[in-house]
Amino acid sequence: MCKDIYVIVEQRNGVVQKVSYELIGEAGKLAADSGEEVVAVLMGYNIAGRAETLCQYGASRVLVIDHPVLEQYTTEPYVKAVEYVIRNYEPNIVLFGASSIGRDMAPRVAGRIHTGLTADCTRLDISVEKYQDYLRATTTFTEDVIAKLDTEDRSLKMTRPAFGGNIMATIVCRDYRPQMATVRPGVMEMPEKDTARKGEIIMVDAGLTMDDRNVEILEVVPNDKKEVDITDAKILVSGGRGVGGPEGYEPLKELAKELGGEVSSSRIGVDSGWIDKSRQVGQTGKTVRPNLYLACGISGAIQHLAGMESSEYIIAINKDATCPMMKLADLGIVGDLHVIVPKLAEAIRAYRAEQKVS
Amino acid sequence: MKIIVCMKQVPDTAEVRLDPKTNTLIREGVPSIINHDDKSGLEAALRLREQHGGTVTVVCMGPAQADVAIREALAMGADDAYLLSAREFGGSDTYATATIIATALKKIGFDLVITGRQAIDGDTAQVGPQIAEQLGIPQVSYAEELRLDGNSLIVKRQFEDQAHILKVKMPCLITALTELNEARYMSVAGIEEAYDKEIKIWGFDDLKDDLNPDWIGLKGSPTNVFKSFGKQPKAASCVMEGLSAEEAVSEIMKKLIERHII
Repeated sequence: MCKDIYVIVEQRNGVVQKVSYELIGEAGKLAADSGEEVVAVLMGYNIAGRAETLCQYGASRVLVIDHPVLEQYTTEPYVKAVEYVIRNYEPNIVLFGASSIGRDMAPRVAGRIHTGLTADCTRLDISVEKYQDYLRATTTFTEDVIAKLDTEDRSLKMTRPAFGGNIMATIVCRDYRPQMATVRPGVMEMPEKDTARKGEIIMVDAGLTMDDRNVEILEVVPNDKKEVDITDAKILVSGGRGVGGPEGYEPLKELAKELGGEVSSSRIGVDSGWIDKSRQVGQTGKTVRPNLYLACGISGAIQHLAGMESSEYIIAINKDATCPMMKLADLGIVGDLHVIVPKLAEAIRAYRAEQKVS
Repeated sequence: MKIIVCMKQVPDTAEVRLDPKTNTLIREGVPSIINHDDKSGLEAALRLREQHGGTVTVVCMGPAQADVAIREALAMGADDAYLLSAREFGGSDTYATATIIATALKKIGFDLVITGRQAIDGDTAQVGPQIAEQLGIPQVSYAEELRLDGNSLIVKRQFEDQAHILKVKMPCLITALTELNEARYMSVAGIEEAYDKEIKIWGFDDLKDDLNPDWIGLKGSPTNVFKSFGKQPKAASCVMEGLSAEEAVSEIMKKLIERHII
């Protein structure tokens, strides 16, 4: 009988990637609904020291596969290790981050095991009740369609955007196990770390050898540009077509500095070379969920909305009162961002100065 | 060197609708193109052939209408083409699709397979690696640069934070990023030739000796669509018009203070 929810942890140069903690948090919520446990699978070289932290974020058990062939990511040794875990531990669900590593490894694992895999998910449900609430809140399905769903259905309902976010599809894998998904980084909530939480750490010998590597790494090339991780920012001041050019981002940067946030952009700013690609939000950029998303001159193409719609609070400044971003925003200001943004930075400065005095 | 390029015809627009009865996509009436990443894959194959000789074969799975995309590939310079098309193939998920394509590739024979990283309609990026798995050959996905070195390929493989320069022996499968190159246009001579070239159409019967019917099509797919739906924007936004800049700033400040952002 297949049981428990396994998270394939992604580490780069020994650093566990944020998406892995997000997945452990999401797996914890699913496990609470299904009465299962969360198991993290940690692969790498000299990596066992990272296992304890995974427990502190919510894993009940950590399987550690430590081998020199896993020092740098290459497809085959990692696939072989995950295959070993699946065949020997029989998980019910296996989750991967939908990064360029997860999306390379997971399809190959699914092919080898002969099971289903759903790509780039943005929502996961086991509980039918929670899924029904989601359908009620976000779709036009009528109540009789929603009520008809079988509440005993314990299969994993994996929801993902397709066609650049125009269509959402919920996928199930009924007849094969494990049920597998890759999950978009930045979409699931980061869980709280609890240093008192302990878990079981198990060293696993997956029978790897150096010969498992069927490609040779000639060179590791760091990206020359220093990437800013906008997915970490609590506040994003984001610019679109309306900023008008590279110099248009300067007042946005000033405002972001006042707010303690970062500047991001819609696709047009990146494609026009106004700002670096690492700051792009959207279907082809990054998914963000900051506490505040301040959209300046962004009309809100569906591909952009797909990357920021779960932001906690959205303010839009735009000349066009009818654009999609205005409809999505919690507060929409119809006006000229070139005037409002510098004045807002000024007002925040003045407010902070006043707070200091009093 | 025998290169096969796997290609998908995709709708050239985000304006797609769902058939309310079947919950499948309505593709009729939507202009179709060669998927961008696949076109870069084809370009890479044509360049390898120009530098080192060999042949470039295009393989495409889809409905009969996909021959438009295939003609374009032939006009760009591909030597020959196969269209895998059958009712039995319909509704295939990535596993089932990879099963069908891998079976055809084994029958055709190859030294190198190039696919696009992902298609713009499904965005899964799964079919390439799953073909490689079924063929039992190494894969390098997210290829940004590509060159031949004897019996191997040197590939620049992109990650988010770094790139690897990898050496991989053929036979192997590469998934191409659009960044790999700038795809050429069809030439006039190429267009004329394209219509003289024959597209071989393979149905279920052509592959059935090596194809398990339980592993293909809608029924043979491990994953199925449970529900699909369009998104509706949330309600209750507050849009304020006709404010002076000072009033606008004061409204925003109110919210920032109320929500403890400042």
